[in-house]
Amino acid sequence: MSIKGKAYLMGAYEHPTRDAPDKTTAQLHAESARGALEDAGLGFDDVDGYFCAGDAPGFGAMSMIDYMGLKNVRHMDTTETGGSSYILHVAHAAQAIAAGKCQVALITLAGRPRNGGNRPGASMAGGPRGPGLSDGAPEAGFESIYGGSTHNTYGMCAMRHMYEYGTTSEQLAWIKVAASHHAQWNEHAFLKNVVTVEEVVSSRMISDPLHLLDCCVVTDGGGALIVTSPEIAKSLNRPKVRVLGAGEAPKVQQGGKLDLTYSGAVWSGPRAFEEAGVTPADIKYASIYDSFTITVLMQLEDLGFCKKGEGGKFVADGNLISGVGKLPFNTDGGGLCNNHPTNRGGITKVIEAVRQLRGEAHPKVQVPNCDLAIAHGTGGSLGVRHGSATVIMEREA
Amino acid sequence: MSELMTRPVPAPAVTLESKPFFDAAEQGKFLIKRCTACKEAHWYPRTICPFCHSDQTVWEESPGEGVVYSFSIMRKSPSGPYALAYVTLAEGPNVLTNVVDVAPEDLKIGMAVKVKLQPTEGGPPVPVFVPA
Repeated sequence: MSIKGKAYLMGAYEHPTRDAPDKTTAQLHAESARGALEDAGLGFDDVDGYFCAGDAPGFGAMSMIDYMGLKNVRHMDTTETGGSSYILHVAHAAQAIAAGKCQVALITLAGRPRNGGNRPGASMAGGPRGPGLSDGAPEAGFESIYGGSTHNTYGMCAMRHMYEYGTTSEQLAWIKVAASHHAQWNEHAFLKNVVTVEEVVSSRMISDPLHLLDCCVVTDGGGALIVTSPEIAKSLNRPKVRVLGAGEAPKVQQGGKLDLTYSGAVWSGPRAFEEAGVTPADIKYASIYDSFTITVLMQLEDLGFCKKGEGGKFVADGNLISGVGKLPFNTDGGGLCNNHPTNRGGITKVIEAVRQLRGEAHPKVQVPNCDLAIAHGTGGSLGVRHGSATVIMEREA
Repeated sequence: MSELMTRPVPAPAVTLESKPFFDAAEQGKFLIKRCTACKEAHWYPRTICPFCHSDQTVWEESPGEGVVYSFSIMRKSPSGPYALAYVTLAEGPNVLTNVVDVAPEDLKIGMAVKVKLQPTEGGPPVPVFVPA
């Protein structure tokens, strides 16, 4: 597949300002976006692909998607190559459009170097710039001051889920129990001991209602993946794991209309299943991001493995344990027991799915005839704003 | 009964867009932003409406009344346990905040709360919430 003739540049706008003492960088991004959309005869709600680089303040693409109120984004790209980023983004947008991943891609740039504005790369800090004013993440002054961390923002998700659906700490504990049953066979696992529901719920409270054993491990480490063309795959002497479908989505605060009981998996999941042409019932093995027990429960619901609100019942009684339950998950022990390298668990999710599909997982946890697997993750915070990503893979016979 | 929760809050990063909010907070006023085009209130406050993308947004003084949407009490804190929470304002939006002046066991989802502008270390006051 080539991008030749597959995409069109239909809107372009150069912001008229050359000196902006009275606007934030976030505002200049949004005004530029509006200019380009008006030029094309489109609106913000038409945008389903968003591209930005290091000049965009905040957390990847998520802060600007939140700020601008983009509701329909299904493709994101924050590739940073300095001043050439936006030319490269045109190429990436054309690739995404040719692949059917989006139809209207918005690319923005903005900054205020004359006014002590943000410098690319430093914008995550969001601290003071210029005369006492920040030009960093637009949300920072309303969020970071309150002592939010992963523990308590995920804690708020768990608290609300319990309130709305009657989910219990014991049900959440089953997720850790299942992970620990798998980790005991992994010689590299950070925690190899099998734990019980009682041990999880009686471990010390970190941030209500999440206990110490509801949390993932903190580990140093790394990982890498190789993705090839079908021709290269055929030439290599390894089992072939084929990508069938993928979906992605941001979930942000929606101007304050937030709902903590679901994640971006409600959008990324169905997109991946649709492209793959399979359903949750077809999945033999699931790698599910497990920063906390509640992360797994919400994502299983959102991906469609059970109905919304029934995740507690679904994960109980060992249903996630390989050889015991209906949906073997995180058979390496996951982030909860094995590894969460540099606090980013996405890559280990794909790695264990590849092991399962190759039949190279530990014999005690290998899923028989594992020919279809899912790897799913959310990055950032379920409780504030996050990026959701789903990939479905199959073993080629 | 446990001690009432408090939390020292650091100075917020103030931007050009949020300066009117924090200037008003210095005067004891709690402001929100509302769009005059679609009539919706939003949070956090910004120049362009996140719902209809109009730039016809205006500041509005709010009595700061709401209910706790969710919360989590962080126990791993050198200054003592504190509550991170979302409060649903009567005007509609959910606000990320701390709920203070309440004992951990008394904090509940659905509890009525009211804004309190709390001094920060070297910056303008910021909105936290207390039982109404």
